[in-house]
This record gives sequence, structure tokens and C-alpha cells, in this order.
Amino acid sequence: MDVFDKLKILTDAAKYDVACTSSGVNKKAAAGGIGSAAASGICHSFSGDGRCISLLKVLMTNVCAYDCKYCVNRKSNDTPRASFTPRELAELTINFYRRNYIEGLFLSSGVLKNPDYTTEQMIEALRILREEYRFFGYIHAKAIPGTDSGLIAQLGMLTDRMSVNIELPSQSSLQLLAPDKSKHSILAPMKYIQNRIQENSTDVIKYHHAPKFVPAGQSTQMIIGATPDTDFQILNLTEGLYKKYKLKRVFFSAYMPVAENALLPTLDTTPPLWREHRLYQADWLLRFYGFTANELLDQHHQSFNPYLDPKCNWALHHMEFFPMNINRAPYSDLLRVPGIGVNSAKRIVIARRSATLQFNDLKKLGVVLKRAQYFITCGGKVTDGLKITQDKVLQSLMSEKTLGMYHQSFPLQSQTKQLSLFEQPPMIPSGFPQEDLQRCLTNPI
Amino acid sequence: MFDQSNLIYRYDGSFDGLLCCVFESYDKKEIPTEIILPDTSQTLLFTAKEIRTDIQKSSRVLASIPEKMGFDALNFIQRAFLTCAVKKELYILLFLRLGYRHGRSIMGMLTDDTVNTLFKAVKHLDNESHLLKGFVRFSIFSNVLVAQIEPKNYVLPLMTQHFSERYPEERFLIYDKTHGMALVYQPHQSAIIPIEDLELPEPDEQEQSYRELWQLFYDTIEIQGRHNPKCRMSHMPKRYWKYMTEFGGPRKKSPLKLEDTAKFLIP
Repeated sequence: MDVFDKLKILTDAAKYDVACTSSGVNKKAAAGGIGSAAASGICHSFSGDGRCISLLKVLMTNVCAYDCKYCVNRKSNDTPRASFTPRELAELTINFYRRNYIEGLFLSSGVLKNPDYTTEQMIEALRILREEYRFFGYIHAKAIPGTDSGLIAQLGMLTDRMSVNIELPSQSSLQLLAPDKSKHSILAPMKYIQNRIQENSTDVIKYHHAPKFVPAGQSTQMIIGATPDTDFQILNLTEGLYKKYKLKRVFFSAYMPVAENALLPTLDTTPPLWREHRLYQADWLLRFYGFTANELLDQHHQSFNPYLDPKCNWALHHMEFFPMNINRAPYSDLLRVPGIGVNSAKRIVIARRSATLQFNDLKKLGVVLKRAQYFITCGGKVTDGLKITQDKVLQSLMSEKTLGMYHQSFPLQSQTKQLSLFEQPPMIPSGFPQEDLQRCLTNPI
Repeated sequence: MFDQSNLIYRYDGSFDGLLCCVFESYDKKEIPTEIILPDTSQTLLFTAKEIRTDIQKSSRVLASIPEKMGFDALNFIQRAFLTCAVKKELYILLFLRLGYRHGRSIMGMLTDDTVNTLFKAVKHLDNESHLLKGFVRFSIFSNVLVAQIEPKNYVLPLMTQHFSERYPEERFLIYDKTHGMALVYQPHQSAIIPIEDLELPEPDEQEQSYRELWQLFYDTIEIQGRHNPKCRMSHMPKRYWKYMTEFGGPRKKSPLKLEDTAKFLIP
């Protein structure tokens, strides 16, 4: 089997991993070395599905001792198997890197023999890269659940970011679909990595040149739609992971049916991309906008509104918060206005120091007035001639297609009935608008 | 103040030259309506006023900028000068005149039309140079890395540091076809030099096989069930595709698909 065949098999097996970011650390090569990293991350290409390609994302091997039902590489699946030797992989990486195809390596693996043996193979490949090729670029490695903590520590010294995939958002789902894994076997390495990062950060203060352990932090990934877990559960878990485990990112991946199994959605199920999209929007609100999971969803509203993004949905439920005076409101409040993002909120704060802002100024600062105008005032006034009716507001908050779908699923009932939009998220029609789906496939930095 | 509606400056195209225009504008108490390059064809009704580049004058202006409005403002107009914005010279002059009046707060006057225009232009420049840090594709010819780009803005000065830190021990060349310039680097020193044209030799066997490996990786990494060309295009506009390995040349290992050929037909 030549390198072409191996690359094809092992890329194909790795592509369902979502994370491909190269962010979180700034560094440059030492003398005689090659490679650097930028904290913002750099995308080197975008694949046909619109996802960023930043790292060479491959498996060490797709041979696997486990039999997780949702996974293409499960033991019982009849698929061609291959393994890179550590040296082959190192050579491929460095040659891609020299040509500026990639920012580094994302190395994951099936479980060959046992978790420890697999991790040793990964360590050897990374050792060749770091020591023999003196490679200083970005490396993201997967911690295999069940690996000895000594090996994880070794792996962590060679990588910039590590991740342990949660995959299924609850213990019961895990038991059902991934019998070889348990909540404990996933959270234990995560906790271990977090502790090591913490220890290391104090070492680095004491000894300036102390080697760094996973400097870009750790991340994880969850599959959406393979199990009956609700958005509320997933979002709460996400928030917990950010707070308790200090994760840098939580990734979501809409379940692509890859296996026929009575416990899983059937093979012709379309992936719940809109749900994934809403979860990412909420994830952003948690990380950059100062929202908490409980503000966005609660016990009685366990699913996201399919027609409105979580921020607009929150705003419509909290009209007492608005209208907001753009020239006075603090930064943290500006962030809560639909149509104002992190960048435009920062610009507003800067620009209003030297001038009183009017509506046409806001346009220059990048505010989406179409949405924002219903929630703000400039100099005590709302936009000239603005009529606030339910229909108008909805129109501005949804794309045309979504609005069409919305009217279809609520055929001319009494106008008051439309309020149900704010109460219970209705069922999703099967052909949910492509326009919105397109936005969900972005892989943010 | 003298505001002639037909006043045009002609400068030599250098940053120093532009600073001399600023000097002239203050010296003669006048504001030009346009600042043009020497080779701009003369279709104008009015004759342009030649502004001679005088290092003494320009260094006076240069020294005054950080003093009056801070280093951020200096850095900002230096980048603004690299952009492809129309009438960027005039806007830079107007920006500086505003800056001398308002001082450091100029960088916060985002709603002013002059400031806003330049901010947008600089954002375009920064975006383009960031994208190109990823999209540049090197080919290796006798151990020298060579790449071509066709950016709208003059991004080479902004890419020098990044690639010098990325490949400290390599020799490389990035040719900017739009501006006829090239960034050349050999261990621990770099320069940007004018280059007329660049003809690349045929790739050797090793180069060819890594290109094909990359194309194979690119084709395989896509999840077919999530195919979304529009999303790809908004992140990676087609004008960048021309020099990218993953879209170049027929794929040997996997037969050409119909949708693939469409990619080559559109430049």
C-alpha cells in the first residue's frame, strides 16, 4: 500500500472530526527550526463543504478495537484499514508544511491493540517532527480515552492543543452507543490535562524557560442528533465544560448517518445542520457576549427556536430591556442588541467619545440597522417613520425564506396566535431553508 | 484658507512624496482636490502642480505625526498607503489635516467620513494579507520555495515578518504579479525587489507527487453530505484560486469529475 492509498483511507476516516483550528498560541521557530503559530489561527484552504482546512487532519491508524455504534471506524464495520508509520507521517507533514499547504498536524487515531500502544505510536511521530525536523508549527493531538496518564503527559509536551472527544452528551447515550467508553474514561484525561496546564502555568512563571504543556489549551466535540439529548442539556454541559474544565472550544457536529443500527437514526436521515448552527450561535453568546445557558434556554424551553437565532429570541422575550440608548449604554448591554456584534459594539464605545452617534453613523460602524433599529434609540429618538408591528419585527429578524416557511407552518390563523412563535418552538419542516443552512456550515476560527 | 476647486497635486508615488504634498498643503494654505501619480494620463482640464520630493520636508512631516497624534496614527497611514483604495493619497492628506487639528482622538473619530473611508480600506488590506498568509502555495525548485500571488492591495510588506518567522532557514520568493514586486528571503535577511515577470520551470517528480498528495487530501477531507460551494466561496473567493495547488492541473489519481472541470473554466 503506497502513501497515496494510506492518505486517502486515513483522511477519509478522520474527516468527521470537526475541529481544525490552529489558534490559541503565538510562537516562532528557534534557530535552525521551521514553523510558527499565530494566536488568531490561519486557514489554509476551505473544502467543498465550506469548512476551514488549517491542519493536516489524519488518523495514525483506522484499525480500532472499539465498537462505537456511531463511528465509521468501529470494529464491526467492513472498511479498508491502513496505518501510517510514524516516519511516513512526519515526512508528509513537513513536506506539506514547507509548501504552505497547512499550519500543522491534527493527529487522531483508532485504538490499535490498546490505548497505550496507540498513544506511543503518536508520540513517536510527534517526536520525529519536533526533534529531528525541529518543527515548531501547530500540533493538535487527540487523547485516547483510557491512556495511561504518564503517556498523556508525554504527548502533551509535544503538542499545542489536545482534545478528548465527549461525542455523546450524556452517560446513558454513551452506555447505549459506545459500550467501551464511559463518562469517567472521558472526563478523567480531560481533568488530568487541565491540572497539568494549571501546574505548568505556575512553572512558567517561576522558570522562564520551562517547557510548555498544551499551551493552546484543550477542546472537545459532541455529536448532535444521534441521541435524544436536548439543546438545553447540551448547552448546559457546554457551559459546564468552559467553566469547570477551562476548555478553549467545544465543537458540535451534526450526526451524519454512517451506520445502520436500530439504536441510531436511519441512514436516510438528513443531518440536523440547523440545530448545529443554533448551538454554535449560542456557544458564541456564551463565550463572547456574556450570556449564560439559562438565559437562552430553560426547563420549559428545551429546544432552540428554529426560526429565530438565540440572541433575537432572547431580545424578544426581554423587551423590558429595550429600547437602549446607544450613546449611554455600557458595552456589556450593547452586546445584547440584535444587529450589534463584538466588533461594532467596540467601535460604538470608541466613536461615541468624540461624537454623539446618530443612526447613519451606526451604519458606518457596521451595525445591522435592519435588526437593531427596533431595539435602540439615538439621542432619545427611534428611527424616523419606524412602525413597530409584530410582522415588521419578524420580517427584519428572519431571512425571507425562513419567514415564508414560518407563514406556511402557521397558515393565517388569528394574528394573536402568531405569538406562539415566542412560546413553543414548532416542528421543523423537513426542507428547512438552505439559506440558513449555508450559514451554519462555517467553521469559525 | 484657500480652497481652489481645480487644484491638483502630482507626486512621485513614494510615501515621502506624499508627505511633501502634506507639507505643501500647509505651506501654501491650500487643499488639493486630487493627488495623482506621475504616469496618470492627462485627461484633466487643469494642469497639475508638481510636488518635488524633498527628504527634509518629508522627514519634518514624518516626525510630527507620532508627536501630534500618536504612533497608532502613523502606523495606520503607513498601512493606508499600501491599500488599493481610490484617492487614498487625498484621504491620507485630509486625515492628517484632521489629525493635526484634533490630536490623538483622531483614531477614535470613526464616524468621520475621511477616517471611516481609510479605516475600511485598511481593513480590506489587513483581511487580504491575513487570507494570503494561508492561501499562498509554494512550489519547491532546487530547494527554493517559490510562490505567486495576485492581490488587490500591496500586501508584501505585511507578509514579510510572518514568512520570515515561519521559514527562518529556507530560501523563498513570493512574486506579486499585480504590483510587479517580489519578496525574497534567504536565511536571516529579506528584501522586496521589483521583478518584471516570473517563469516557473516544470515541477520535478517529488514536487509533482506532493502536489497530487495535497489534491488527494483536499478532495477526501470534504464531507459529501454537507457539500456547500457558496460557503466555501464566501470564505475563499475565487480570485485566490488561480495559484492554489488544490485547484490546479488535472488530478492523476482520481479521474476528473464534471464539477471539477467547472472549477478550471472559471478563472
